[in-house]
Amino acid sequence: MIKNLDQIFLLFEHWIVSFLPVAWRPMGAIILSVLAIISIFPALFALTTVFERKGLGRIQNRIGPNRVGPLGIFQPIADGIKSLTKEDIVPTSADGVVHFLAPIVQVLAVFMGFAVLPMGRNMVLADMDAGLLFYFSMGASTELSVFMAGWSSRNKYSLLGAMRAVAQMISYEVTLLLSAVPVVMIAGSLSLTKIVAAQNYYTHGLPHWYIFTPWGLAGFVLYAIATTAETNRSPFDLPEGESELVAGYHTEYSGFKFALFFLGEYLAMFSISGMGATLFFGGWAAPFPFLEWIPSWIWFFSKLMLSIFVFIWLRGTLPRLRQDQLMNFAWKFILPLCLLNVLVTALWHFLGVGWERWVFCSLILALAYVLMGLGGMRGMKVGPRRYRYAE
Amino acid sequence: MNIAFYVSAVLTLAGALASVLLKNKVHCALALTVAFTGLAFLFLNLNAQFAGFAEIMVYVGAVAILVVFAILLIKGSETPLHGAFSRSWPIGATIAAGIFALLGWAVIESASHLPKNTPTHAVTVDQIGQALVYRYVLPLEVVAILLTVALIGAVIIALHEDGRTQ
Repeated sequence: MIKNLDQIFLLFEHWIVSFLPVAWRPMGAIILSVLAIISIFPALFALTTVFERKGLGRIQNRIGPNRVGPLGIFQPIADGIKSLTKEDIVPTSADGVVHFLAPIVQVLAVFMGFAVLPMGRNMVLADMDAGLLFYFSMGASTELSVFMAGWSSRNKYSLLGAMRAVAQMISYEVTLLLSAVPVVMIAGSLSLTKIVAAQNYYTHGLPHWYIFTPWGLAGFVLYAIATTAETNRSPFDLPEGESELVAGYHTEYSGFKFALFFLGEYLAMFSISGMGATLFFGGWAAPFPFLEWIPSWIWFFSKLMLSIFVFIWLRGTLPRLRQDQLMNFAWKFILPLCLLNVLVTALWHFLGVGWERWVFCSLILALAYVLMGLGGMRGMKVGPRRYRYAE
Repeated sequence: MNIAFYVSAVLTLAGALASVLLKNKVHCALALTVAFTGLAFLFLNLNAQFAGFAEIMVYVGAVAILVVFAILLIKGSETPLHGAFSRSWPIGATIAAGIFALLGWAVIESASHLPKNTPTHAVTVDQIGQALVYRYVLPLEVVAILLTVALIGAVIIALHEDGRTQ
């Protein structure tokens, strides 16, 4: 019974596919899986928008959406209908074809990333040998769509936003890739199912997730910073800084094209959170052996939603960075730490099992963090803030 | 030779042709990315996952963006009024045709020297990694040093004349 619940989606798929003629079955199974992905994640997106607006409202001491349905739960439906019925405005000077293609390219590239994510036991659409590489190459192609949107709009705010976004995404993509490298080094594979399998065992009832190692913890923190920047979320949301750029690269988009950009942004958040869970938090694995009766897909989606909650929390808490702070942070602090983390992971591997590697690796990383932090702060005048109220 | 091959071949050729023939430079750059994507599909069609994904990540993700940045930052990025061809196009076409003929000749010649019907097996990423860090470790290191030197050189060029860091 528990086993069936764990594999319920696969059993359901087999049951539907069994109605098809034998020759069509493999194709039918693939189409069903794709349909599941492209219906579940947008549904999750709709829920998350309410969740986010409610959460932000709570953080900012207000109520949030509460008009449509009980507690405002039907707000995304109203938003969806609104964006579908709104006029689709394309500026007269805009580059029509590129302007039209940009949101499609973005959503397409983001959806491709879900193909390699293992969302539960045996629940992966394409179990590729180079799954991680596929995922990051799809993530890299979204940058182009951002540029296409900003350039084709023929609007200075759009272009500035796109330039900021592209510069930021390229800078943080380096750290994103490098923060995932230690996991590949230890797991010895780029296949995501193998990375999950490498973490999915227990000693003394404790899991072997990579987050519970010095290099894993450092790698995860670096990964989390890089993903926040990569998805243009606050505090790295300069590309759409409302106070300066109206809405950044999608200023000139209206109606459903704007909704597509919005969707793409949130889907990127989901997939990159899922990737973080897969790399550092054991993917669909349960935290303790006695909790293994809970289906694997529930674990995966709870980890994903927990990370979405942290994203929302950060957005409600942290102020926006400045452009030079953003770049200096990426190239002078995060990147050296990432490179060091790769070396520390090699040290961890070659020191062998024992307590020494825990001490050495933790010490090196902590020392590097403290020293680089102090070095970066030197010469900066950090003191109590002086407020000037309309002097 | 299957449908996937023809689709990606047409995509590559159409993208490459468009990148030469279009008027607007940014359109050319975007068409070039279409050609890169087609090329990646061709690699994937040959079961070369690493080469295919690396093609997308490096060329579509990074090189295309750099090309576009360069176009936007240099002068004269406006669309020319009269045609996209420069006056020296016959020379360029001759050189391109010459190189194409040479490469085509080399490929056709080498085909007769290869053993027929060798089974193509997929090379895993694991094997590529093993080859890179064991057998070809020296070339890899040389390439790494070259890239590092290029990076440092770029930073030095970007520095202010009087040595102030910015």
